[in-house]
Amino acid sequence: MTAAQWLLVVGWTGLTLYALLGGADFGGGFWDALAGDTRRGMAQRRLIDQSIGPVWEANHVWLIFVLVLFWTCFPLVFASVASTMYVPLTLVALGIIARGSAFAFRKASTELWQLRLFGGAFALSSVLTPFFLGTVAGGVASGRVRPGLARGDLLYSWWNPTSVLGGLLAVGTTAYLAAVYLTADARRTGKTELAEDFRHRGIIIAVVTGIIALGGIVVLRADAPRLYAGLTGRAFPLVVLSGLGGLASLALLARRAYVIARVTAALAVAAVVWGWAVAQYPVLLYPDLTVSGAAAEPSVLRATLASVIGGMILLVPSLLWLFALFQSREATK
Amino acid sequence: MPDLFAAAATPADLTAARMQMAVSLGWHIIIACFGVGMPALTVFVEWRGLRTGDDAYVRLAHRWAKAMGVLFAVGAVSGTILSFEMGLLWPALMAAYGQVLGLPFALEGIAFFIEAIFLGIYLYTWDRLPRGLHVLSGLPVCVAGVASAFFVVSVNAWMNHPRGFDLVNGRVTHVRPWQALFNAGMPLQTLHMILAAFMVAGFTVASVYAAGMLRGRRERYHRLGFLVPFIVAAVVTPFQIFVGDNLARFLATQQPPKLAAIEGVGHTRSHVPLSIGGLYVDGRMRYAIRIPDGLSLLVGYRPSTVVRGLDAVPPGARPPVNPVHLSFDAMVAIGFGLLVLSAWFALAWRSRRDLPRSRWFLRFATLSGVASIVALEAGWVTTEVGRQPWVVWQHQRTAEAVNPAPGLWVGLITVLAVYVVLTVATAYVLNRLRTQSVGAPQEGWPEVYTP
Repeated sequence: MTAAQWLLVVGWTGLTLYALLGGADFGGGFWDALAGDTRRGMAQRRLIDQSIGPVWEANHVWLIFVLVLFWTCFPLVFASVASTMYVPLTLVALGIIARGSAFAFRKASTELWQLRLFGGAFALSSVLTPFFLGTVAGGVASGRVRPGLARGDLLYSWWNPTSVLGGLLAVGTTAYLAAVYLTADARRTGKTELAEDFRHRGIIIAVVTGIIALGGIVVLRADAPRLYAGLTGRAFPLVVLSGLGGLASLALLARRAYVIARVTAALAVAAVVWGWAVAQYPVLLYPDLTVSGAAAEPSVLRATLASVIGGMILLVPSLLWLFALFQSREATK
Repeated sequence: MPDLFAAAATPADLTAARMQMAVSLGWHIIIACFGVGMPALTVFVEWRGLRTGDDAYVRLAHRWAKAMGVLFAVGAVSGTILSFEMGLLWPALMAAYGQVLGLPFALEGIAFFIEAIFLGIYLYTWDRLPRGLHVLSGLPVCVAGVASAFFVVSVNAWMNHPRGFDLVNGRVTHVRPWQALFNAGMPLQTLHMILAAFMVAGFTVASVYAAGMLRGRRERYHRLGFLVPFIVAAVVTPFQIFVGDNLARFLATQQPPKLAAIEGVGHTRSHVPLSIGGLYVDGRMRYAIRIPDGLSLLVGYRPSTVVRGLDAVPPGARPPVNPVHLSFDAMVAIGFGLLVLSAWFALAWRSRRDLPRSRWFLRFATLSGVASIVALEAGWVTTEVGRQPWVVWQHQRTAEAVNPAPGLWVGLITVLAVYVVLTVATAYVLNRLRTQSVGAPQEGWPEVYTP
């Protein structure tokens, strides 16, 4: 494998981790929005707050990591996507601002009206941000971003059937991941009732997301034939794996095996992300910008790869400690 | 390979892109200073509290950690927006030079990752980890914050002193990423910014307690809350002036048009006076206080030192003078004002181990936070506007880097509105934190507020 291919794998792994970890944080906001009125919703919101509080900033860095990796190693791809997707990415950026700051503000607030105001901003932006990220993914996957600066249509490159499908799937999967993760968090902290609440929600959203994904087959066939061909061809095993992961996590949720359900749910989502990559490889941007064509110079790729490997030596143990600390049973209380 | 030459859809779009970048960068840099400087202050008081058992230190550590939680979140998201804007607003810069300036950003990404991970641990394990280990868990945050600043500012230094690539037929090739990272401007510019971050964090935190002391709150908690950050900032101040002076001298040889704009030097000559204040009109400095031979002396230690003027570059490659000159003067004036304040404190402390008696000291100390922030912004205006019309100095013009998509001004208006709300909310929440009761930083909502 070439350095460019390795870096693409690293970047795509970063994107997968962002979808699995950052995505679950977004999903937390989704359930925060649907938690009900202040009295009934308090316990759920408290659980969401406690679950994502210590980790959301670290989870969020995966996005920055992916952006930086792409602009360093595949500069033209980054510039083409960013300039064409100016509108949805600006909305994503604003959503990220609203979400992160509102979450921190709510944490520092004590009065009900503040909790409501900041909580509302947090919840709303948690739904809108993954939606617009999904529309960007849909636009790229359906070949609507051309290599070059702002070559794609400024509106229809992200407002089209595949993009809307991508947006809905993004919201659905984040909510689904969050519900599955939260069941285990709730049970670990002894909140059995909350675990039941999120178990029900997880099952419902899994079914809804599954229906959207099945309907998506029709959409992709009509709107993104190249992607459809890839997904039903070379990437078909991954599509099947995703479906199996989804079904398995449904069954596991039903049987209250929450910790294994986390793994299968994550597998279902990761398989979709990689399915897209496999279906499209080696093309990064349609019609013909490939990995080797878009890659930066070898000197840059080598330096970046070395930095990433060096960084991982620091990052991996740190991340493991972070998750171990907050996924272990409450040490105090 | 598609044509990467860009031009804005309309001149208004270029202005909008520049303003949007200026606002989001100018906003983020203030918060980022706290991200760089405040962890060290907080970990220090926590450690003192652990060593001495002094409750005032422990309470300060709790309070500052809580404020840091808010500031870091806002800093993380406002910094993310900047990485979006690199592509949204300046795609031609990224397409052409992304691979050259990418490495420091990748390293910054790793540093920021470490910072975010350990901040999560530090803020949320106050009552979980053994106390000594908890203090230790804060140290990576301190180191990674400084490292992030170093890498990001090294990119800015590269924009001023682009190295590490060749241009062949207008195409970037033979990229040497490490050489780009270790560019000529990197050492002084990164040091200048890191010291500035400690000054902003130190003076601003101190100014909150100075205001409290003016209102008669003189107990140990307030005294320490003032002393620790103020002493840090006061110690840094003289070094900062020294570094800044060297940086300006460095410009004389490495980026002469910027120095010419800073001092309003129209024509290359010797015996150049130092102009303080004034306005640059029709190629001449007017209404300025002049120190004869001053600039020549500062640049080369002799009156006969030749200083290159704006006439050394063609009219189309000259930065605007007045904003650069006045910002620079404001920054220097505030720097010396803070130096005097620091010296005043040092004298009083040497003679009686106490703050100066005069209430004027506290009044000025109350202003020192805002003043240091103004100086910070003025410094960024100096370096960014002073680089114009280039985004990559002498290689790519700002007007060629912009996104050619129409309607960028709509984005500007939206972003401005969001930042106004964000500013109000941040100020409100921080002010609330000042008066709230103190507990372990992230223990969640108090039970009494459960409806």
